[in-house]
Amino acid sequence: MLAFIIRRLGQAVLVLLTVSLIAFALFRFVGDPTQQMVSQDTSVEERMQIRKDLGLNDAIPIQFLRFVTNAARFEFGISYQNKQPVAKLIAERFPATMELALASAVFALLVGMPMGVYTGLYPTSILSRLFQMISLIGISLPTFLIGILLIFTFSVALGWLPSFGRQGVVKLGSWTTSFLTIEGWRSLVMPAITLGLFQMTLIMRLVRSEMLEVLRTDYIRFARARGLKPSAIHFRHALKNTLIPVITITGLQLGSIIAFAIITETVFQWPGMGLMFLQAVQTVDIPIMSAYLLLVATLYVLINLAVDLLYSAVDPRIRISGKVA
Amino acid sequence: MYKKHLAATALVAFAATVSQASAQQTLRYAFQGNLNTLDPHSLNETTTLGLQGNVYEGLTAKDKGLKTIPGLAERWEVLDGGLRWRFYLRKNVKFHNGNAFNADDVVFTAARTAARNSQLSVRLPKDMETVKVDEYTVDFKLKTPNPILHFAWDTWYMMDKEWTEANNATQPSAPQDTTPGFAVLNANGTGPFKITEHQLGVRTTFEKNTGWWGKPEHNLDKIIFTPITSAPTRVAALLSGEVDVIDPVPLQDVARINASANARVLEGPEVRTIYISFDQMRPELTASSVKGKNPFKDVRVRKAFYQAVDIEGIKRQVMRNASTTAASLVSPLIFPQISQIQRFPFDIAAANKLMDEAGYPRVGGDTGTRFEVDLDCPNDRYVNDGPICQAVTAMLSRIGIKINLLAVPRAQYFAKANSPVYNTPFYLLGWTPGTMDAHNVLNDLMMCRTADGSGGKGQFNNGGYCNPKVDELANKVLVEVDTAKRDGMILEAFKILHEDVGYIPLHQQALAWGVSKNVEIVQRADNQPLFYWVQKK
Repeated sequence: MLAFIIRRLGQAVLVLLTVSLIAFALFRFVGDPTQQMVSQDTSVEERMQIRKDLGLNDAIPIQFLRFVTNAARFEFGISYQNKQPVAKLIAERFPATMELALASAVFALLVGMPMGVYTGLYPTSILSRLFQMISLIGISLPTFLIGILLIFTFSVALGWLPSFGRQGVVKLGSWTTSFLTIEGWRSLVMPAITLGLFQMTLIMRLVRSEMLEVLRTDYIRFARARGLKPSAIHFRHALKNTLIPVITITGLQLGSIIAFAIITETVFQWPGMGLMFLQAVQTVDIPIMSAYLLLVATLYVLINLAVDLLYSAVDPRIRISGKVA
Repeated sequence: MYKKHLAATALVAFAATVSQASAQQTLRYAFQGNLNTLDPHSLNETTTLGLQGNVYEGLTAKDKGLKTIPGLAERWEVLDGGLRWRFYLRKNVKFHNGNAFNADDVVFTAARTAARNSQLSVRLPKDMETVKVDEYTVDFKLKTPNPILHFAWDTWYMMDKEWTEANNATQPSAPQDTTPGFAVLNANGTGPFKITEHQLGVRTTFEKNTGWWGKPEHNLDKIIFTPITSAPTRVAALLSGEVDVIDPVPLQDVARINASANARVLEGPEVRTIYISFDQMRPELTASSVKGKNPFKDVRVRKAFYQAVDIEGIKRQVMRNASTTAASLVSPLIFPQISQIQRFPFDIAAANKLMDEAGYPRVGGDTGTRFEVDLDCPNDRYVNDGPICQAVTAMLSRIGIKINLLAVPRAQYFAKANSPVYNTPFYLLGWTPGTMDAHNVLNDLMMCRTADGSGGKGQFNNGGYCNPKVDELANKVLVEVDTAKRDGMILEAFKILHEDVGYIPLHQQALAWGVSKNVEIVQRADNQPLFYWVQKK
């Protein structure tokens, strides 16, 4: 087990190096950061000097090496635009994104699972058809459109929920949370639904097809023949056996929830890392872009690891061995 | 149960009355971008300087019509034939921390502004000397006369020497600094508002400065600035009443906001001029089917392109009438005499004839192509910049020019089309003279430039337009102190540019702010968000 974890962490370092290398190769095509830092009246000579000061004239391998050595010491430099340490900026934005991601994952699970179970049990009922239709919307409409539709319905037309921002924020040490106030929840509802709708759809469809599969198996038939109560059959025997793929998908999707938060955060002006990343791309703020990409890659690796470990906990038949297979 | 409910309702109603009675007037303002720095000398950009202008003040100020009026200086006089400017400071001015404002602060600010990483150094001539005469009098000594020395000093903001020194912020942050400067996150000005909270990218709160020297013309107690990046969200926040002012409004939403019950769109002319221009410098274009020569060196080709552009069509279809057609590179709000220049008429037949004369016949019959060329264009910088370029592409096809349109985000666009590479044969750009004076246009857009734009002349003359007569006039304008003579020479230079067809001017785009119906706000043509004239009901 320990050897397994250590090996996975070793692979993680490799993944991170690859991600930063690809990112660095791409940065050359994003534009010239100095153009975004100067005013129109700044002379060509001063612009050249800034490029030199930032080390942008050095060869790409040298810039890359400098970045990697700094990153290894958790130094990500100063944002070109805000003149503040990138580590501090990301630390400020991290709680907003994580809370949003958590809320949408919980929403997706709590709504998607029952809907999946129901549509699996009663595939032909009218409610099931309605659920199927909702899931079609969730899977086909792009995130920003869902967000805008929600805003125009619940903020502009009905005036129930705030259209932007993260409100009612409470400071808990270095963490900030909007879970503790009513205002916080009000501002969280729409972004969380927008971000979680696709995942909810995915989970619902997955649970539905797994349920249909499992309900056809022999042990369910025998359970029925034994005269067990339907609820016991459905939830204790059938649902439990559909959970393995659900755990895998939910876990992996948590990573993409964090990554996809870029769009949702922009639509709702949610002050998370994704919004900051998008603004950094527009202004070619390379220190923020590189640090964000590294962080997301790290999160992906960690989530994958957690999913693998959880797997063996849920299904004892799956063993994780320390030996190379 | 019912009783309890009733009591609760009464309590809520009571609370509402109480909060209304002691209600503070709060203006909530949403802009598309962040307020990246509070340091008044580190970023020379309109909205940043505008927001800072509620907190910091200059020696001069500008009134609602952009006329220069006294600011922190009561008055000034020009001595020694224009070589010495004497400014008399106001005596009752205090910074937000209570320190008095005096001549030492001006001398200190001049030095900080001239420092290496200050973008505001352009406000001061390089060889200017700042001398304290007494506690409230300062002399600015020049080597050559400069009639517009103080034109942009309304955004040259004064800092407190003691505060800045105590916080180790005597220089603006450098790009490669590893610790952020104190003045980036904190402000201490003399203005009508002070900053009480600044959360980068989330919220900045301004509160009324009760110790301000002037007489307030606003009725605000508080201003909350929030960036809202996404345009539909910004509009939604205005319509739902969560914010009072938004900037900018996308043109397609203007009608909807005006039709709403609680908001309207405030439109007005902006001083920025949008134009198209050509590479007239290289012997061969960087991206064109014409090889071995540069067709844009021929004035007939430039004029044909000009006359093929249906500017009224662009105004009507692309800009939804939210633009003012321009005949030259400077707005009449900055240089009124420019209205003496008239556009060449839109005339496809004349344009085709000019192309024939220039020796670029259509290949393959009457609808054939004369030549191909790239058009470089930003798609997120100016109002409808991408669609303008699409329209121009279609219009030029009528005279047999095949345009390969490259509309890209500004970060990529500027890296390609601007100094030092100028890697574009044909491009769209916009210009606002930072000094709010026409000489800046002559200097930056019309004077001959070097290959990489160094040397301080023609840095944004990306196409390399060059006429020695214009250069000569520009040099004379710089030192001419007689206003009538100066204006005459400026107009002459613009007339030469017009005859040379060095540029195709398009229009001045309109400003569009969304404003709640219970707010009165002044929209100045320089697009600065200024809160000291705001009245909220």
